[in-house]
Amino acid sequence: MSELISELDAAGMHTPVEPVDASHGILLYLEEVSVTFDGFKAIDKLSLYIGDGELRCIIGPNGAGKTTMMDIITGKTKPDAGRVFFGQTVDLLKLDEPAIARIGIGRKFQKPTVIEPLTVLENLELAMSGAKRLRGLMTTRLTGAEHDRIAAVLEQVGLLEQARRRAGVLAHGQKQWLEIGMLLIQEPRLLLVDEPVAGMTPAEMERTAELLRSLAGAHSVVVVEHDMGFVRSIADWVTVLHQGRVLAEGALEDLQADPRVIEVYLGDDHAAG
Amino acid sequence: MRLPAWLLSDRAGLALLAVLVVLVLVVPALNLLVPSDHPLHLSAYTVTLLGKYLCYALLAISVDLVWGYMGILSLGHAAFFALGGYCFGMYLMRQIGARGVYGNPDLPDFMVFLNWHELPWYWQGFDQFWFAALMVLAVPGLLAFVFGWFAFRSRVSGVYLSIITQALTYALMLAFFRNEMGFGGNNGLTDFKEALGVPLHADGTRTVLFGLSALALAGGYLACRWLVSTRLGRVLVAIRDCEPRARFLGYRVERIKALVFTFSAMLAGVAGALYVPQVGIINPGEFAPLNSIEAVIWVAIGGRGTLVGAVVGAVLVNYAKTWLTGALPEAWLFALGGLFVAVTLLLPQGLIGWLRRREAAA
Ligand SMILES: Nc1ncnc2c1ncn2[C@@H]1O[C@H](COP(=O)(O)OP(=O)(O)OP(=O)(O)O)[C@@H](O)[C@H]1O
Ligand SMILES: [Mg+2]
Repeated sequence: MSELISELDAAGMHTPVEPVDASHGILLYLEEVSVTFDGFKAIDKLSLYIGDGELRCIIGPNGAGKTTMMDIITGKTKPDAGRVFFGQTVDLLKLDEPAIARIGIGRKFQKPTVIEPLTVLENLELAMSGAKRLRGLMTTRLTGAEHDRIAAVLEQVGLLEQARRRAGVLAHGQKQWLEIGMLLIQEPRLLLVDEPVAGMTPAEMERTAELLRSLAGAHSVVVVEHDMGFVRSIADWVTVLHQGRVLAEGALEDLQADPRVIEVYLGDDHAAG
Repeated sequence: MRLPAWLLSDRAGLALLAVLVVLVLVVPALNLLVPSDHPLHLSAYTVTLLGKYLCYALLAISVDLVWGYMGILSLGHAAFFALGGYCFGMYLMRQIGARGVYGNPDLPDFMVFLNWHELPWYWQGFDQFWFAALMVLAVPGLLAFVFGWFAFRSRVSGVYLSIITQALTYALMLAFFRNEMGFGGNNGLTDFKEALGVPLHADGTRTVLFGLSALALAGGYLACRWLVSTRLGRVLVAIRDCEPRARFLGYRVERIKALVFTFSAMLAGVAGALYVPQVGIINPGEFAPLNSIEAVIWVAIGGRGTLVGAVVGAVLVNYAKTWLTGALPEAWLFALGGLFVAVTLLLPQGLIGWLRRREAAA
């Protein structure tokens, strides 16, 4: 039985965590990546580079492949072709979801996913322990250092007052922040944030923009968002995805004047209307 | 001595433990010390019946651990219970020695009847108590581990997983029905005489078995309660409510599931092992798919994800079953089905969940 435990003493992973080598200034490389679902090309020879410490926004009409791109980076979907590297050395296509989370890529889902029956504090504790081996999980107490770490993140995402409340009773915006807090506590190098402000009030949006801006530099942040006002308020560099490819890249003002971008957005509006 | 915080805050659990302590003191006293013509005397039959309920309660806890906390609806947990029972039954079988009908000192009666001349390899060692006790944990645990490893790794979940667990127990039932398997075919293992040199039918032995069942239940409860109060317990809730979130936080969900499933199966195995010497028989009927479903119903009625509810549900439903199968045997399945439907509609959180709500509202 003890052998079984040690074999399994891996709520964690065995691969040692090597520091990410972003010496060329690029943290994430996607090169010529393609994915086909039942004959439909969701991602089509997509190439994308995210700089170290950069805050990048990705926009694009519904079905452009934004979420699928995140699925590929985080190991949920394996592409048919292409290369995905984290820094110079880590081939993400060789890793599965937990391993990718552990080397420092955090992902916020499109729909807020916090664990509702647990308190805010417990949610953060859960996220903090993600890299722990089984033995580390067999405890009911927080160490002083862990407590401080959690308090710091609570402060950062503005949930100090809510620490002991159940996540299920939080307002929609607070849930989104909690989920971002759960990623932050893992000290990721790269944060992937899928539609953070959908359903938020303008005040909540403003706070979220502030939070994401404050993260850039120490982390690379990739934000997928539909709300142009929000995009304008956070990012200076924007990538437009369309039909699984990069359609254009640049400052938002330039993109909004780009006829190709206007075309896909108008086309989308027509389809929707 | 101070109780740890995780236990101190568990009032329902402390109440359960207190009840068990009282039972362990009172039941043997009423059986052994009170004369049999006295109205307060408890018959050996009643003691055994209560011991059986406690074994079922332990099985229910093992179901609740995986279903209530990890979201895996196992409809095959009675298989682990039965395997634990068979392992201990094999030990009891070997203790019969030459006292069987055929008087063969080396082989159990059913093997003599089948014209076998030597003990199959998988019966070796079962004449030793320690070996059998080890197998009570190892056999259900190993099966659960192998099953869980493959099922969870291929990300089978939800209804599909429940169906596979039903298939597992059904397949085992068919296998154990076969005489060639070497487990006594449809008669199973029975006619036990003694364990560790002590006659099983003596009143003293019955009360000891009852006490051991209470001890196992208390131990199983404490182990599960502790487990769900650790960080691992929160990971289980995360897996239950949002498996992708747990995975993208870096948890190896499959491994954790396989491990907890294995632990749960071992608890069920212990319950089965204590059950067999009390009822005096183990046969393939214990693998019947319905048994596993009944265990899930106990948990649903008592209150899923509360552990105490599992105990309450198991005891109440089985008490009702004893009573009703005496009065109206054909009605039992209908009553059970009706009870299940009524509880799901009226008390979706089960009895314990309902009580907690009332308390919170008051
Ligand atoms: N697992 C899957 N199986 C089949 N098709 C899929 C799968 N995942 C995504 N798709 C399809 O791939 C396309 C891209 O989807 P994706 O979710 O990446 O779009 P998106 O850019 O995130 O859109 P939205 O803005 O609506 O969130 C869609 O047409 C979608 O239907
Ligand atoms: Mg999307």
